[in-house]
Amino acid sequence: MTTSDRDARVEKAYSLLREVSLARYKSDSKDDLPVIKVGTATCGRAAGALETLKAIREEIEARDMPGRVLEVGCNGHCYAEPLVTIHKEGWPPILYGSVKPGVAKVLVQRFLGEDDPCFEYLLGGLEPHELVPALEDFPRSAHEHRSLLKHCGVIDPDDLDSAIRVGAYGGLARALRMDPEEVIEEIRRSELKGLGGAGYETWRKWQACRQSSEPERIVICNADEGDPGAFMDRSLLEGDPHSVLEGMTICAWAVGASRGTVYVRAEYPLAVEKAREAIARAEEAGLLGENILASGFDFHLEVFQAAGAFVCGEETALMASIEGRRGMPRIRPPFPADRGLHGKPTVINNVKTFASVQRILGQGWEAFARLGSGSTRGTTVFALAGKVQNTGLVEVPMGTPLRQLVFEIGGGIPEGKLFKAVQIGGPSGGCLPESLLDTPIGFKALREAGAMMGSGGMVVLDEDNCMVETARFFLDFTQKESCGKCTFCRLGTQQMLVILEDICRGEGSMEQLDLLASLAEDIRLGSLCNLGKTAPNPILTTIRHFRDEYEAHILEKKCPAKVCTALMSYYILPDKCERSCDACVGSCPTEAIWVNAKRIKVIDQALCIQCGACLDACPPQYKAVVKISPLADLPDLGEQPEESKQPNGEK
Amino acid sequence: MSDKAEDELDILEEMKGILESTNSDGTSLVTLLQAVQSHFGYLPREAMIEVARAKGESPAAVFGVASFYNQFRMIPPGKHPVKMCMGTACHIKGGNAILKVWETKLGIGEGEVTEDRLYSLDRVACVGCCAMAPVAVVGEEVYGNMMPTTVDGIMLAVELAEKRDREQEEQGPENREEAAQE
Repeated sequence: MTTSDRDARVEKAYSLLREVSLARYKSDSKDDLPVIKVGTATCGRAAGALETLKAIREEIEARDMPGRVLEVGCNGHCYAEPLVTIHKEGWPPILYGSVKPGVAKVLVQRFLGEDDPCFEYLLGGLEPHELVPALEDFPRSAHEHRSLLKHCGVIDPDDLDSAIRVGAYGGLARALRMDPEEVIEEIRRSELKGLGGAGYETWRKWQACRQSSEPERIVICNADEGDPGAFMDRSLLEGDPHSVLEGMTICAWAVGASRGTVYVRAEYPLAVEKAREAIARAEEAGLLGENILASGFDFHLEVFQAAGAFVCGEETALMASIEGRRGMPRIRPPFPADRGLHGKPTVINNVKTFASVQRILGQGWEAFARLGSGSTRGTTVFALAGKVQNTGLVEVPMGTPLRQLVFEIGGGIPEGKLFKAVQIGGPSGGCLPESLLDTPIGFKALREAGAMMGSGGMVVLDEDNCMVETARFFLDFTQKESCGKCTFCRLGTQQMLVILEDICRGEGSMEQLDLLASLAEDIRLGSLCNLGKTAPNPILTTIRHFRDEYEAHILEKKCPAKVCTALMSYYILPDKCERSCDACVGSCPTEAIWVNAKRIKVIDQALCIQCGACLDACPPQYKAVVKISPLADLPDLGEQPEESKQPNGEK
Repeated sequence: MSDKAEDELDILEEMKGILESTNSDGTSLVTLLQAVQSHFGYLPREAMIEVARAKGESPAAVFGVASFYNQFRMIPPGKHPVKMCMGTACHIKGGNAILKVWETKLGIGEGEVTEDRLYSLDRVACVGCCAMAPVAVVGEEVYGNMMPTTVDGIMLAVELAEKRDREQEEQGPENREEAAQE
């Protein structure tokens, strides 16, 4: 087949596909009918979206109303789950937040039935309108730039037609009309860097693979999003899987691969399901499999479900696990582009990288390269979680300062608490204090500040979080997830963890801080992969920026944030406790609170598991429950009479 | 014949079906073990030996792979497996306290199963619902924004469902005999 021949065939096949898809989409939706979209990705389900979905379906059926109910992915406004978008004639599409089944029924009755848009429940309109405040006027939207997540929560991931309607596979149709070298050149000019964390130039991997003498090549999408605190890859696969498949197919064309694997984390069953479904739909439509878009090009894609090992996010470990071995990294070179899966040249990119490829080919490299700043182009997605008002997924251009992300997009810290630090990059990243909040987001700038892009997890910590304990948490994680191959990673992290546990118990010494620093250097030098190399980061950055907290633990046996359980206690202030109120007693899951002769509540410290339920339960007008650290400050609790003792802890 | 030996025979019988339905030669060992676990709920020792035989590997090699990955478990899970998310967001929002509540209420530690085999308790690294932290997964259900007291509610719901099941079983004529035997 000559090149121009191929061009014409691809063009014809794609326009025919688009025509048929659009016609089918129109006849299904009949356009004038109301459409109700419920976000049923994993996060929506955790908030009860499936019950909301059921309530809406029942209500529409009971009232015999017209209306089509769709399940869509997550649009990133996770703080307001479950989310429902209603498209209705005469109104802009309106997004509603915290739609529990009761609210859902009200929306159907009043908005669909009586044309009252229920202002009290709306988050905002998705298009400008004179009555409905638009979502884009909110500070969050002003700073956001949604490109990768643009269609998440908008299209039905199981419905290929709805994806094609918003331009899916247009980039592939364009790529197939280009020479593979031209596609790689397009990626080079876009300056796309791998969004899995390392920031390696994507086109270089592709070029190396393309130039291999081995004819059989493989493309792998790394969706082993193991970083606790990051969930954008899951969201993309659940909400807009076709953009990832399309990016992979473009890559396969560019490097000359005929087989590919989407490697999805074990803990993401819904993402596995959506990816499999999307592959089946794309195969039916001739967008995957044999003779894609009549171009003569074949590409077969399958999903591999991982089995739960953080280290398998490392590319050589990932391939070992597909090959059915223990997921342990090996020395590079040879790089996967040379000798990868089963010894074949392999390109491994992250989910967001492939989705970016789809955007670059769809809209041209210029549009992509226009975004961002410095040496980093395009946008990046952060999973904003922890002590911040508007948790969820945010997509911003590279170069956005952290302060804007936390305070303007994230809406600041809830309950008027004080900001303490932001943890970026998960177990490999670091904690940045207030003074570094003006750092712009980018691979280089974050690394210089002591953190890293990593997978894009961003957890905000407030005054109630202990930095020593946070460092211990991350180290506990990396220590458990170390594959055990390198001695320093296996044993060094264990030693660091023991030291941190000592400090958290108030049994540390100042010399141990120096020991931590020297161990950190040894582990960095003595580890093969980034799990070990970066494992000390959370400790190094917390010691650097929050040394006073370490010193308080060691010298004063005090946890300033009152978190470390060995150094703090809950205590009920006798002069504040209201005698007739038993709120704390009922809230305690371990029945550790007893009532003394004066009807004042007292906590049995031996039974207390320090969950804080009593502190939450104590009515705000009393505020009788407090946390005390160091333990030496805990007043005498008095003797608990035998007869009032609860039958306790039958283990 | 003892119960144990009978169980072993059952496992061998069922393993034949699993190995036949998956193309054990071309399938990754990890995928094969996943198929076994989704059938039994865990990886019985006998099943792993069968897998080793089918793959032409030593049982030790198969066990080595199985024990490497967090997903695989060597003891049967409870009827309602509880998985407490221990990701970063869940941790800083007090997930460890919720785990302690589970431990106290169920009377078991993480990685253990209650005596009546109703519950098992495990921690998972992150289920990716960080915005809903702290998160627990009970069976297939994901619970967000957990509080220490939510544990009671969930256990009560499980108890009610169990009770309903038992009643239905007792009422169902075809099951009456079995129920009487118990």
